[in-house]
Amino acid sequence: MKPILEVEGLSKDYVMGDMVVHALRDVSITIHEGEFLAIMGPSGSGKSTFMNLLGCLDRPTAGKFVLAGRNVAGLDDNQLAEIRNKYIGFVFQQFNLLPRTSALKNVELPLIYAGSRNRHAQAMAAIEKVGLAQRAHHKPNEMSGGQQQRVAIARAIVNDPMVIFADEPTGNLDSRTSEEIMALFQELNRQGKTIVLVTHEDDIAHHCKRSVRFRDGRVVFDEVIENPIDARDKLSQMPDLEAVEYVPSGARKKSVAADAPA
Amino acid sequence: MRPWDSFESALRAIVANKLRSFLTMLGVVIGVGSVIAMIGIGEGTKKKSIENLEIMGSNLLTVFPNWRRGGMSMGSDAGMTLRDSDVEMLKREVPLIKNITGTVRQGVMAKHGNKTHSTSVFGALPIVKDIRNLNKMLEGGWYTDEDEVFSAQKAVIGYQVWQELYDGNNAVGTNIRLKNQNFEVVGVVDFKGGSGMWNPDDQIYIPLSTAKTRLMGKTNLDMIQIQATHTDLMILTQGQVEDTLMKTRGSAMGEPLFRVMNQGEAIEQIETQTRLLSILLAGIASVSLLVGGIGIMNIMLVSVTERTREIGLRKAIGAKRGSILSQFLLESVVMCLVGGVLGIALGWTSVIAISKALQVPPEVHTPAIITAFGFSAMVGIFFGLYPAMRASRLQPMVALRSE
Ligand SMILES: Nc1ncnc2c1ncn2[C@@H]1O[C@H](COP(=O)(O)OP(=O)(O)OP(=O)(O)O)[C@@H](O)[C@H]1O
Ligand SMILES: [Mg+2]
Repeated sequence: MKPILEVEGLSKDYVMGDMVVHALRDVSITIHEGEFLAIMGPSGSGKSTFMNLLGCLDRPTAGKFVLAGRNVAGLDDNQLAEIRNKYIGFVFQQFNLLPRTSALKNVELPLIYAGSRNRHAQAMAAIEKVGLAQRAHHKPNEMSGGQQQRVAIARAIVNDPMVIFADEPTGNLDSRTSEEIMALFQELNRQGKTIVLVTHEDDIAHHCKRSVRFRDGRVVFDEVIENPIDARDKLSQMPDLEAVEYVPSGARKKSVAADAPA
Repeated sequence: MRPWDSFESALRAIVANKLRSFLTMLGVVIGVGSVIAMIGIGEGTKKKSIENLEIMGSNLLTVFPNWRRGGMSMGSDAGMTLRDSDVEMLKREVPLIKNITGTVRQGVMAKHGNKTHSTSVFGALPIVKDIRNLNKMLEGGWYTDEDEVFSAQKAVIGYQVWQELYDGNNAVGTNIRLKNQNFEVVGVVDFKGGSGMWNPDDQIYIPLSTAKTRLMGKTNLDMIQIQATHTDLMILTQGQVEDTLMKTRGSAMGEPLFRVMNQGEAIEQIETQTRLLSILLAGIASVSLLVGGIGIMNIMLVSVTERTREIGLRKAIGAKRGSILSQFLLESVVMCLVGGVLGIALGWTSVIAISKALQVPPEVHTPAIITAFGFSAMVGIFFGLYPAMRASRLQPMVALRSE
């Protein structure tokens, strides 16, 4: 497997007046293509800080960071924007969809900044991948939390990025919906997408293939997860299947009533 | 990011907040509207005044007794009257005079049949038709030199008088009554389009001798009107007229007891006056455009603050500084341009309405519209730039974390 993210001695300090917060201290890690990585740790341990650095949303105080063979450290704002647009997909805890804008238009957004043609078809394909074809023209306030997060995932994959970063994507969802979202991530991972997922729930982390634990800005644990949970199995055991709207291929589809066109 | 996409997102944002966008635009609408209206009305007023003067003839000099200088305190009005002898002298001594006539004027009630019309009688030699450019007849012709010699009771009536008294019927050959005397109408002057006290359409012209002796009982002249040979020698002609008149009409202190009004000069005066007025009015209107611009800036700053998270998200998924800048800049420019278009419509309508009330021609010039439009675009760019720059400089992480 070829490495797509190589981090060496990465540090991030936040200066607040006289106080310096060492949010990240000397972190070194390598992430390979096709990995599904969980970043764990208590609140304030530096998970989000780390992920934002890897996602080129922020700049490190010190350290080397190579993304797809390219050192990101010296790049300017616009170059970073281009990298985020081409190589990275984001999924946030608060879905961060544009209000009053249809799911389709939301998913098209990265394509707009990429300047691509044929946006409509590409966005539609991504929406179909997350199983929301019939909701493409609905606005975020007309959708459930799980559906909104799936629109956000469609937006993250529409540019066919190298890696997806998800910061507590299930943090605002109930356990059943969380499971559906994890099923979607696992499906994307099976199709070859590299995924980095921040969570503080062990249960969610067990869906991944590798887990990295942070404490006080340091990596204290880095292990391979032996038998990851398959969300499809778990979903099939869950009782209230009425609510199932979409389960990735392979899982049993019991009801699609909720997905009927409005 | 392609231009249309920026434009579309700008439109979306404007439409999303319809009321707010409209209220913000209102400042620009009123600003642009008042600039157009003020310039339009200023121009109309100027055009009308100049037209009025030009209708009287652009190579016209008018000599008045100078009441101000003469004054009642002098005790005698001997010095400040104008007489036929002055006309004769001017005709003899100033070669640049083409035509000249003494005139008298009096307000009268004119009657024909059972109709009456309050107007004024203007006594002048028949040559007044050239001096005052009254050659174009609707009907008939002018009284003659012979009529002048015999003090004939003949009259030429202006277009408006004809309308009031004749209601569109033939006037030539009929009589009108002025001060209980019958006058035969020999001609009707075609429409001239003047207004005010000297409106040539609202006047009855009769031979000077008839007016002085039979109708008004005046021995002196009210004014002398002169047509110069050359329009471009008006100043020289005026100087010669003044020099010649000073011989008989100067005061003991060597001051003129008369005043010569030069039509060209009067036009110039009106032009400078109305230009000043236009600048003043446009200045006041510009202030409201400025206030409109500040309103735009205010709302754009609010909008940037409200949409910080959106900006963060857009940046996170790949928006460059330029894309964010153009998105917000376009928003304010589009708002200003839409406001500008509405303002032009508003200004135009008010020019038409106000012109009607003031009886001046509505004057909306293309340059004024282009200027107003360009100005509102500039207001959009100028006042939108700072908020847009603020938006574009936000760091994605900071923006995403904001509440
Ligand atoms: N913009 C900032 N300014 C100052 N300090 C910050 C900033 N962002 C993060 N920190 C600090 O850095 C440390 C790590 O924060 P981080 O958000 O990475 O934690 P986390 O592991 O994601 O926590 P949680 O599970 O609560 O999301 C914390 O002590 C936090 O207070
Ligand atoms: Mg966090």
